[in-house]
Amino acid sequence: MNYFDKDLASLHADLVAKKLSAKELTQATFDNIKATDPKIDAFLNLNEDAALDQAAKIDAQGINADQPLAGIPMGLKDNIVTKGLTTTAASKILANFNPVYDATVAEKLADAQMINVGKTNLDEFAMGGSTENSAFKTTKNAWDQTKVPGGSSGGSAAAVASGQVPVTLGSDTGGSIRQPAAFNGIVGMKPTYGRVSRWGLIAFGSSLDQIGPMTRGVKDNATVLSAIAGHDDHDLTSSTQAVPNFAADLNDATSVKGMRIGLPKEFLAEGVNEDVKAAILAAADTYRKLGATVDEVSLPHNKYGVAAYYIIASSEASSNLQRFDGIRYGYRADDVKNLEDVYVKSRSEGFGEEVKRRIMLGTFSLSAGFYDAYFIKAAKVRTVIINDFKAVLKDHDFIMGPVAPTTAFGIGDEIKDPITMYMNDVLTIPVNLAGLPGLSLPAGFSNNLPVGMQLIGRPFDESTLYKAGYAFEQNTDFHLEVPTLGGQN
Amino acid sequence: MNFETTIGLEVHIELKTHSKIFSPSPVAYGADPNANTNVIDWGYPGVLPTTNKGVVADGIIAALALHATVEQHTHFDRKNYFYPDNPKAYQITQSDKPIGHDGWVEVDVDGVKKKIGISEMHIEEDAGKNTHERDHSYVDLNRQGTPLIEIVSKPDIASPAEAYAYLEALRQRIQFTGISDVKMEEGSMRVDVNISVRPVGQEKFGTKTELKNLNSFNYVQRGLEYEEKRQQQVLMSGGAVQQETRRFDEKTGETILMRVKAGSDDYRYFPEPDLPALNISDDWIKELDAAMPEMPTKRRERYVNELGLTDYDAMVITQTKEMSDFFDATVALKADPKMAANYLQGDVNAYLNEKQVDLQATKLTPANLAGMINLISDGTISSKMAKKVFKAITDGEEPKAYVEAHGLVQLSDPAKLQPIIDDVLSANPQSIEDFNNGKKRAVGFLVGQIMKQTHGQANPQVVNKLLMTALQQ
Repeated sequence: MNYFDKDLASLHADLVAKKLSAKELTQATFDNIKATDPKIDAFLNLNEDAALDQAAKIDAQGINADQPLAGIPMGLKDNIVTKGLTTTAASKILANFNPVYDATVAEKLADAQMINVGKTNLDEFAMGGSTENSAFKTTKNAWDQTKVPGGSSGGSAAAVASGQVPVTLGSDTGGSIRQPAAFNGIVGMKPTYGRVSRWGLIAFGSSLDQIGPMTRGVKDNATVLSAIAGHDDHDLTSSTQAVPNFAADLNDATSVKGMRIGLPKEFLAEGVNEDVKAAILAAADTYRKLGATVDEVSLPHNKYGVAAYYIIASSEASSNLQRFDGIRYGYRADDVKNLEDVYVKSRSEGFGEEVKRRIMLGTFSLSAGFYDAYFIKAAKVRTVIINDFKAVLKDHDFIMGPVAPTTAFGIGDEIKDPITMYMNDVLTIPVNLAGLPGLSLPAGFSNNLPVGMQLIGRPFDESTLYKAGYAFEQNTDFHLEVPTLGGQN
Repeated sequence: MNFETTIGLEVHIELKTHSKIFSPSPVAYGADPNANTNVIDWGYPGVLPTTNKGVVADGIIAALALHATVEQHTHFDRKNYFYPDNPKAYQITQSDKPIGHDGWVEVDVDGVKKKIGISEMHIEEDAGKNTHERDHSYVDLNRQGTPLIEIVSKPDIASPAEAYAYLEALRQRIQFTGISDVKMEEGSMRVDVNISVRPVGQEKFGTKTELKNLNSFNYVQRGLEYEEKRQQQVLMSGGAVQQETRRFDEKTGETILMRVKAGSDDYRYFPEPDLPALNISDDWIKELDAAMPEMPTKRRERYVNELGLTDYDAMVITQTKEMSDFFDATVALKADPKMAANYLQGDVNAYLNEKQVDLQATKLTPANLAGMINLISDGTISSKMAKKVFKAITDGEEPKAYVEAHGLVQLSDPAKLQPIIDDVLSANPQSIEDFNNGKKRAVGFLVGQIMKQTHGQANPQVVNKLLMTALQQ
């Protein structure tokens, strides 16, 4: 059984009506994952015994109408720590790491009685845009297994897109939820920085990282965000802003009427594929037909985002990843003679190429003599980019544009060329630098590969993005298309 | 050639908070290795620090106690370096905007008063502890995350004696705030020292050396004295001082080369992204300032000017806040200040040393000490009897009740003493004759006899007066 034609509301209704038990649903989910994952490679680790036990317990208690997520399977990106369940961040250095605590989001979904079926693949430590940087396997695009699923939350995206699970969580530091969502034709939300607790998310770029839901539809996404969002005493960067019931507002498919939408000219500039451009222009027309106005606007410093990002994110990462030193947990090299050896060999052998590249880049940027020219300069660029967004969002309800300049590229095509790979994030990175919410949703196809649209909102205004996303989804059919998984569903 | 010396001190003070600076683990000593740790202290994947507000308050208190400006918009920074006792491989500290800056303390060296500047003070976390055995090394993270304040002096200290006085002034002021025990022997106060000398008149500072293993104020002074001479000799013999770290040897009093420094370490400081900036309100500072106890310098002035103590007595009484508070409370109960000061410096200190305890850990109370002193002052007991009473009040006994129960009341009534004196005189005619012949020693013998008759309870002053009258008749 797959989840192509089932949203959370219908699954919930079936569970409440006992047409389906949580255990049956969970078992069917594992059966399907086992049948399809040899093609997709979305999961790194399945949680079968514990998940089936949990499902049986939920069945025994019964599911109430006010528990919209109870008994429903989900998957977590493997940089979200789970107590007693191996968590690797797709790195050799954590290959056998078994955490003693749960991330706040894992705890919250467990409280909502969702069933964690396993951990999904990613680029090592979330560094990459294709999952090719995973130390264990490369996930395949659900629509074409010769293409990358995007990244770094490629496993989470492909798992949902291929119908294995209805919900996954991803993390997004520079586009890692939105870009794989776009490449796989699903919905991914990068919430406002501070909306969701980072406690238990293995840190990459601490001032940029944010966890968010990946789902087939907008309403499902909104339901899950309400469940994971909110202030957490463990994370002082998490916001005390009230968390709305985002899904409750999604009934009116014409709610964009009267809204002002900004379409930055830089988002359709050179480098953006013609089909992608066409899909976004068509989406703009859809919004106009629904009564919104779409203005051309400008984010003049957008082009500096990638450079600033790779300095800030890599600097923070170089510090965050120092704790993987072979002393207390994780991989430790054999054949060491002294402390220096433990550090150098464990880290040299434990980290992959891209991770090492970014550690070196970040270490350099923070070094005495270079700090002002790189880190401080990047921080200033970040402020300029924040101000660009502020100016546009002052009189626009949200910004629309593509998620990525292209659709999914071929496995092996870009992995040797880091700069090309980094430029894929040119449209998503500025949103992280500004800490804004960004929603990725299906907006078309190009050569049978999905095209994603990105909606960018004001801080803590995910609500408007969901409304606009829902309106678009209800007035288009892209979300109804499903991949064939190489002819085998 | 004449030289001048420049000394810099970095003092780390461990704060007495219940929990660590960035994790809820307890701050406590003597626990099993790693018992007081959690995932945050281990630098576990996915964990985040949370700021203990009490530590920020202590930082403000320290700044106020040291006349520093509180930096109201501040933040934490990361200091990056690898070491097994540093589990995150970065220390959360303050580099860019320390919580306090531009403070000072006043020192008094041989009667000369001088202000020593403090350039900055910042709050940070302590590291764990490595221990090494033959084949293994062990890491204990109990101390990891213990809150510290680091206080950095300006290059104002010009002699080892000033360094000692500066440390003593810091220790006292911080001790009075109650934020730390500031005990070097227990590690709650640690000192890093650097020193350079230059010919008088040279503008540029000399090359400095750093000294390690200075585990008491005395060692700091002795180490600096040795190092000051050593550097002078190097320069006078035409050599150059190397930038190096030297270890003080307690046995020989010499400093020994540990390592030569090549360039400076690069800690790659940057703002800690996991913790929001700190915004310290005027109201918070006012609130903490209002609750500040009277500082030792103020108390010494009061003791000398209002209570008539000597400078020396005032200094000894203000060594710790506990002693000073005890003194104030004793005096408030009408005890003679001079006597109270004497007892605290004498019998009380001797008792504390003998028992190796702090004042607050004893059964001594200001009420009982004042009670005893007042009994001496009004002649009820003699200073000699007071020895017994003092022992009783160290056991928590009430002095008046004790004196009554043990019949320790001094015999001062002339009507009761006169017959005893008469008896003694008539029993010792030889002594009277000796006295009349100018042998003053006879008086002592007679007093002794009277004391014997009264089992030591006779008031010596009254006895003396009555006896002299009788003898001169």
